[in-house]
Amino acid sequence: MSTIDEGRSGEIRFLQGNEAIARGALEAGIKVAAAYPGTPSSEIPERLAEVAAEQGLYMEWSVNEKVALEVAAAASLAGLRSLSAMKQVGVNVASDFLLPLAQYGTRAGMVLVTCEDPGALSSANEGDSRQYARMMEFPLVEPGDFQEAKDITKWAFELSEELRNVVMVRSVTRMSHASGNVVLGDIPKSEVVARFNYEGSPFGQMEGVIDSAPPLAAYYHRRQQEKLKRAAEIFEDSPFNAYSGPDYPELLIITSSICHLYCKEAIHVLGISDRVGLLKLGTTWPLPARLLEKHLGKSDRVLVVEDLLPFLEDNIKVMAAELGQKIGFKRFYGKKDGSLPSVDELNPDLVEAALTKILGVEGPAGPEEYRKQMEEVVKIGAPARMMTFCPGCPHRASFWSIHNALTLDGRKGFACGDIGCYALGTTAVGFETLKTVHAMGSGAGLASGFGQFKPFGFNQPVVAVCGDSTFFHAVMPALVNAVHLQSNIILVILDNGGTAMTGFQPHPGVAVKAIGKESSAIDMADVCRGIGAEVKVCDPFDLEQTQANLLEMIEGEKGAKVLVLRQSCALSPEKKHKKMFDMSVDQTLCLGDACGCNRLCTRIFRCPGLVWDKQNKKARIDSVLCVGCGVCASICPRGAIKKEEAV
Amino acid sequence: MGKTTLIQDPFNLIITGVGGQGNVLASKVLANMLVNKGLQVTVGETFGASQRGGSVMSHMRISGVSGWSPQIPKGRAHMIIALEPIEALRVLSIYGNPETDAVVNSRPVYPVGVISGEQEYPELEKISQWLEEFSRNHWILPATDEAVKLGAPILGNIILIGALAGIGVLPVEREGFAKVISKIMPGGKLEINLEAFDIGREMVNGLHPAA
Repeated sequence: MSTIDEGRSGEIRFLQGNEAIARGALEAGIKVAAAYPGTPSSEIPERLAEVAAEQGLYMEWSVNEKVALEVAAAASLAGLRSLSAMKQVGVNVASDFLLPLAQYGTRAGMVLVTCEDPGALSSANEGDSRQYARMMEFPLVEPGDFQEAKDITKWAFELSEELRNVVMVRSVTRMSHASGNVVLGDIPKSEVVARFNYEGSPFGQMEGVIDSAPPLAAYYHRRQQEKLKRAAEIFEDSPFNAYSGPDYPELLIITSSICHLYCKEAIHVLGISDRVGLLKLGTTWPLPARLLEKHLGKSDRVLVVEDLLPFLEDNIKVMAAELGQKIGFKRFYGKKDGSLPSVDELNPDLVEAALTKILGVEGPAGPEEYRKQMEEVVKIGAPARMMTFCPGCPHRASFWSIHNALTLDGRKGFACGDIGCYALGTTAVGFETLKTVHAMGSGAGLASGFGQFKPFGFNQPVVAVCGDSTFFHAVMPALVNAVHLQSNIILVILDNGGTAMTGFQPHPGVAVKAIGKESSAIDMADVCRGIGAEVKVCDPFDLEQTQANLLEMIEGEKGAKVLVLRQSCALSPEKKHKKMFDMSVDQTLCLGDACGCNRLCTRIFRCPGLVWDKQNKKARIDSVLCVGCGVCASICPRGAIKKEEAV
Repeated sequence: MGKTTLIQDPFNLIITGVGGQGNVLASKVLANMLVNKGLQVTVGETFGASQRGGSVMSHMRISGVSGWSPQIPKGRAHMIIALEPIEALRVLSIYGNPETDAVVNSRPVYPVGVISGEQEYPELEKISQWLEEFSRNHWILPATDEAVKLGAPILGNIILIGALAGIGVLPVEREGFAKVISKIMPGGKLEINLEAFDIGREMVNGLHPAA
């Protein structure tokens, strides 16, 4: 396995955007990395963890993004270059600390990498963290290709030290999870002794106590704004801002991030490189005024191309208004005039369509007739692929039991969901058990509310469902709330032994650290007991016991109760490629359509490893997909599904 | 290193399949083989939902000139490698055109709606007719079936890479494959991967009994 520290200066490697970012951090001499996993950011800390021992780094998976940012800030204060990486929603979690951090500033170089998800390809929303840079007054840089993903990250550390403030590097899925050729630089060897200096004046940036009592807060704030002005000056000459095109273009495109490559593609396809100019900005907050003055002054029409909200567009318009007398009136195209959508991700085709309309040019004819015919083929011949739980996923078994227990109770009980694979519990593959999904920890918080409404006639049983990593990340305060205020809820923790959805990173309940060394595991059942909840632990593959526990809790005394359903993720390293049972369907026992079960096994249970054989009109195991969890044997009323210990 | 010329520049290839079929690894192996040939490669991936039974796609741009967008413009794919039959149709409908070639694994992975009986999965014969009508050249290969015989169904992805090498539209060959596999999959996996690669290559050249 190639690691990201392999390869010397000048060598070309094929790197994923996230790997390039991690390599850039190594080339900057990073010493500390702290993160909470979240797609599409997780590979940055993962690749750093792989080389941590060799490169002398401290790398941790923190309990949540706010703590991760705090750990990275501690490194900066102790004189160690540090990085914290998270997905867009993680920045919201960290933001409470981000404001005072940016206000005081940093010491050794500190970079916050946010990997965002226009199109919500692997997220529950399209959050856009660029706004934080303007709102909280710190610099924002965005790489425009894979080479820049490495180079801009490295430079961000230098910038952070020059300004003495945190710098945000923003990536998106199409950058983080795409790959390209990258020319490497050297990784420096350096020894640093860590020390936090607090002996000087609190007005000093590099020593002294960090306080925020008056008049310090206002002093820090003023200093912060001076840093931002200096950043704008530095950005005027940044090599990450580049222009290509004619001296006086008919239309000036201003863009950033991966949209730069969409613009390049659209200009190429339309063959209009002699008419259109492309200004790619790598430094997107604060904007460099003189650079924009120079380019805005040479074209009367401006198209701003960016994913999601008109962040760049709005800021450029403000700048154009300030520069009005010098550059004259501009016609702007972008989100506000509807040339481009402000929801879902952009692509080369959308940019091409916008350019076609603005310039009145014709693109090359697409295969329209072909496309229409193929659409018909797909309609009849390519059934849509709904997301589902993996074969052998413990969540399918857990939801089967929660659904059945709530149905048996008969009072229209429901479950509040959370963020993880198990958010699929809203759909048919989770038997539509979940009725709400918001943010990390919100299922328990909402349940804690619902559980208080008995005085208003509310009699529905309330279940909250969360994952094991989510429990530590954000559920604990909600559980404290529910126990302390005696809210009538059942918290079900789906403990599958790791942060499974993002690639099995360890969390505080697992006896291993990011760098693979042993650690003490915190037992979440003990934590819940310590808080004062009534706790039961069982295996969700034991459907009978799980349902009995749930029914007892639903019918039991008032107050908060916790059921820990413990079974490893089907993709966990210890289970992968190992079958617990060899499964088969006894074709003499299965009655097929003649059975009164109405295909319970395939129509309702819906495991990809158990299929309906159309020819035989009976159930059949797909031996390539089945991982042998054995749960389906418990649901067949005829006992036709057989399990044998796998050898 | 001599300059490698391509029949199209950029050459646009899509590898598609269902989560868990080794789509991402296939694109990584192929991209590294091409980068080692001195080419610029950009790969865009959609795998967020991959492990939960969703469709997965890797867009590969191969160029002697520069990097390109990680999303291929619609209707402009030159070649589609499908680890699953109906995924070939789905991708052709958006990125294909009458000149697109397709290499297709014959083994279906049923969508959950087919398992539950709400949706119909077409007969392979019907899929074959559609591919005949809507691609320039197409190959339907029993890649998973052959991989099962090797004892590792996951190797269906490598068999299809071997098939691509056999078709010869890209500068990929056995030696370059061996070099990349040794690098990214150490630990005695080379032999079985080479075996899979050879099966694919022989299948498209009519040299393999399963072809």
